[in-house]
Amino acid sequence: MKRFLTAGLLAVSTALAGTAFAEPIKIGMITTLSGGGAGLGVDVRDGFMLALKQAGDAASEIEVVTEDDAMKPELAVQIADKMIQSDQVDLLTGIIWSNLAMAVVPSAVAQGKFYLSPNAGPSPLAGANCHENYFNVAWQNDSLHEAAGAYAKKEGYKKPFILAPNYPAGTDALTGFKRFYDGELADEVYTKLGATDYAAEISQIRASGADSVYFFLPGGMGIAFMKQYAQSGVDLPVIGPAFSFSQDVLGAMGDAALGVINTAQWSPDLDNETNKAFVAAFKEEYGRIPSLYASQGFDTANLILSAAAKASVKDADAFRAALKEADFSSTRGDFKFADNHHPIHDIHVREVVKDGDTLTNRLVGLALEDHQDVYGKDCKM
Amino acid sequence: MNRETLTSAALVLLLLGIPLAAMATGHNFYVTLASRMAILALAAVGLNIALGLGGLVSFGHAAFFGIGGYAAGVLAWHAMMLQPFPLGLPGTKLMPVIWLVAMLAAGIVAAFIGAISIRTSGVYFIMITLAFAQMIYYFAISFPSYGGEDGLSISLRNAFPGVNTLDPFTFFLICYLLLLAGLFLFFRLRDSRFGAALQAARQNETRLAAVGVSPFGIRLAAFVISAMVTALAGALYADLNRFVAPSMLSWHMSGELIVLIILGGTGRLAGPVAGAIVFVLFEHWLGGITERWQLYLGLVLLGVVLFARGGVVGLLAGKARHG
Amino acid sequence: MQTALLIEQLLNGLQFGVMLFLMAAGLTLVFGVMGLINLAHGSLYMVGAFACAAVAAATGSFWLGLIASLAAAAAAGAIVEMTVIRRLYERDHLDQVLATFALILIFSEGMRWLFGSFPLYLNIPSLLSGSVPLPGGSQYPLYRLAIIGVGVAVAVFLWLLISRTRLGMRIRAGEADREMIGALGVDIRSLYTIIFALGAALAGLAGALVGALQSVQVGMGEPVLILAFVVIVIGGIGSIKGALIGAVLVGVVDTMGRFLLPRAMELVLDASRANTVGAAIASMLIYVLMALILAVRPRGLFVANA
Repeated sequence: MKRFLTAGLLAVSTALAGTAFAEPIKIGMITTLSGGGAGLGVDVRDGFMLALKQAGDAASEIEVVTEDDAMKPELAVQIADKMIQSDQVDLLTGIIWSNLAMAVVPSAVAQGKFYLSPNAGPSPLAGANCHENYFNVAWQNDSLHEAAGAYAKKEGYKKPFILAPNYPAGTDALTGFKRFYDGELADEVYTKLGATDYAAEISQIRASGADSVYFFLPGGMGIAFMKQYAQSGVDLPVIGPAFSFSQDVLGAMGDAALGVINTAQWSPDLDNETNKAFVAAFKEEYGRIPSLYASQGFDTANLILSAAAKASVKDADAFRAALKEADFSSTRGDFKFADNHHPIHDIHVREVVKDGDTLTNRLVGLALEDHQDVYGKDCKM
Repeated sequence: MNRETLTSAALVLLLLGIPLAAMATGHNFYVTLASRMAILALAAVGLNIALGLGGLVSFGHAAFFGIGGYAAGVLAWHAMMLQPFPLGLPGTKLMPVIWLVAMLAAGIVAAFIGAISIRTSGVYFIMITLAFAQMIYYFAISFPSYGGEDGLSISLRNAFPGVNTLDPFTFFLICYLLLLAGLFLFFRLRDSRFGAALQAARQNETRLAAVGVSPFGIRLAAFVISAMVTALAGALYADLNRFVAPSMLSWHMSGELIVLIILGGTGRLAGPVAGAIVFVLFEHWLGGITERWQLYLGLVLLGVVLFARGGVVGLLAGKARHG
Repeated sequence: MQTALLIEQLLNGLQFGVMLFLMAAGLTLVFGVMGLINLAHGSLYMVGAFACAAVAAATGSFWLGLIASLAAAAAAGAIVEMTVIRRLYERDHLDQVLATFALILIFSEGMRWLFGSFPLYLNIPSLLSGSVPLPGGSQYPLYRLAIIGVGVAVAVFLWLLISRTRLGMRIRAGEADREMIGALGVDIRSLYTIIFALGAALAGLAGALVGALQSVQVGMGEPVLILAFVVIVIGGIGSIKGALIGAVLVGVVDTMGRFLLPRAMELVLDASRANTVGAAIASMLIYVLMALILAVRPRGLFVANA
């Protein structure tokens, strides 16, 4: 009750002030803060909160309610219902996993709320099921895989061996890779979701006559694969999306990851002022190098701040237009939204290197310039 | 009225009171929360038939819960996409039809699983039901047609002739009435000859066989009925969340259903209702307070098993009359 | 080349099976003697892996980490036995399932509290890195062979322990008749604590060994736990021999299924679809195996105390 009262007072005071700028915004952040996937959620949240902290007074009217979804879609739906109906948030964000996003986003935006995705970008939400109130600040799920395919083609690999877990994001990943790599494949293998022993697959790689390996195995699966691969004595070049070589897992992978090529829309050494300041501030605040996910959380918060400076969130049309302009300074440099509200951005090639004792990523090239996903044409908006 | 009946009536009325109080005070979210309680309670009532009456500790009831959910999701998907099934059967958005399909599908699967599982007993039964549920879980994750791990969204809640299911309180009432029907079924089963035979089979198998009744058939029937009730709850759950996914089939879900029953009081009529109210409220409140809510949930559950035997109903109504 | 690959895959299956055996042995021992279903066995596996990773990171020695994993898991097991598990022996399986389910939640979040949200680093010792040549021109990682060796050693150790020692005699007595060992004047309470700690130590050892191959993170024990249950149910609950044979069976069937099924599917489907369908069936295969075995032998392959 007390919270309602303060919100009411704030509304009155800003109405008196008469500017759109200080309009209070209530943000609901649903993210994964417990269990094996907690690292990603923690990074998104920390990046997001850092941006708000840096904004100082501009963020003083922004209230964030955070809750843990424990990676369970039903729980995420329940929390979303609560945030919308009970906390009366204006805007939701934070979800890490595609399956949770698919559970929460369609009904949240149908209820007139905004949803800004700081990580997941399932293809239906970019295509046929796109929505005017849904903005993706990270990437469409296929993007990094497409970039990897483009890289493999450019490097002249003739026979990559590709593998991913047997679930929608896994099949999308390999489809995305093949969309930009049209040559011959040594083999295409689907593993069990959550599997942590890849001996059988590594044996197949060894026997397949491949000249390179592309894999998409998020979280612990990727750590397990890389360690076992490094120990197996197979030394074909490895390419992956940044998810498996992001700062949050590099420490656990150790030297096994050294030299691996991975594709990402962001890198800690990306050369622009915003990014330099972000990386320094994040290290200062949390004592670790930011991951891809942290940069996405940071960008999401800054996008919200940029829109809030132009329009009131209560005026949905104006706020939407302000979001669409993407008038903020992104850690990844150039950033704009395509018509389906998914990013148009560069996807870079990174290499895992050792900086002193710490493993991190270094840019080595550009895979795709001003890349846009292929699903936009199905989006009627 | 004895104390047990009184407690049951009070709990059932309490569940009705939650959304009424919520609407009166303008906290509409609690209507949704109460629907969740009613649905989970119904699922647990189903499990309670097998577990509480028949002593069949199924660690795979999420399979039936999920089958019910997928019946709702898949039928609605075909209806929305205007894509008929093979043989030209159309999809549907009518709840009664969906419920029927959900219960039939779960009944058939349960008859198959039961026919193999019920030959085993004790811990073997626990594990083989778990194994079957895992089988279905992995199938759902990797079968691409209905979304795989991403699940299926039901963008608009399914319909019930004559009422507006989009209204949260109306939907709550539907769930609540079905829960009452489930409780009535449990009550009648328990006090019927069938129920007596089922409980006799649990306590003394040989004596039952001596009077010419096959414990196998009785247990199988109980298992199938139990699965059908849980599947009905699953169909409602899909409509509540407007979404269905393989996580409904996971072993954590099976575990949660067992938690609801023990929390409420094993084999007690209103046990699942009490368990669902307490569990959902805990999850809701703890989750809002701390990100370490699972740690505290674990401690509470442990406390209940160790120190509050008989669960909530046991505390309120004393020891059970029925075994 | 094909036979070399086949041999390699068989070894992979064997190694996976041995790893499962380390998990299943403790589980089946605890069930056989105390009649307890312990869902939290996977948490002890996690404790072992975290202890090994933490100590290896602090001291730089994998071997000290390995000792720490045994000690930490055994200690965690003993503490849990004395505070919680002890009260569950007289309860039905239902209470055991719920209480140990609660322990999983407590252990997982407790570990995250202690070690943070990010996976930990643990690599194999340099002594065991590298690979050995196989007949047919292929290579096989030395570390995986070492795991097979450890599994065999543990199996022999358990066999000697149970058939040749005083403790083993008491364990056998406990499996046969719980009241009797009390009558023999054995202190049942400490016997149970020792057995539980022994099972926990084996799980911790498995966690440490596997942690070096996989990823040390919260929740790592759960998939393995379910597989370990499949193993002991197939083998016959309470039987160490059954656990060994069940583990190798599950390991080999799972590995060969992942390897062969997509190829088999290619005979009837196009390549890309064959891969997904084959992988889908492979992920269900061991559960099918278990259902088939239980349909024929409802108490598993080796009935422990018939």
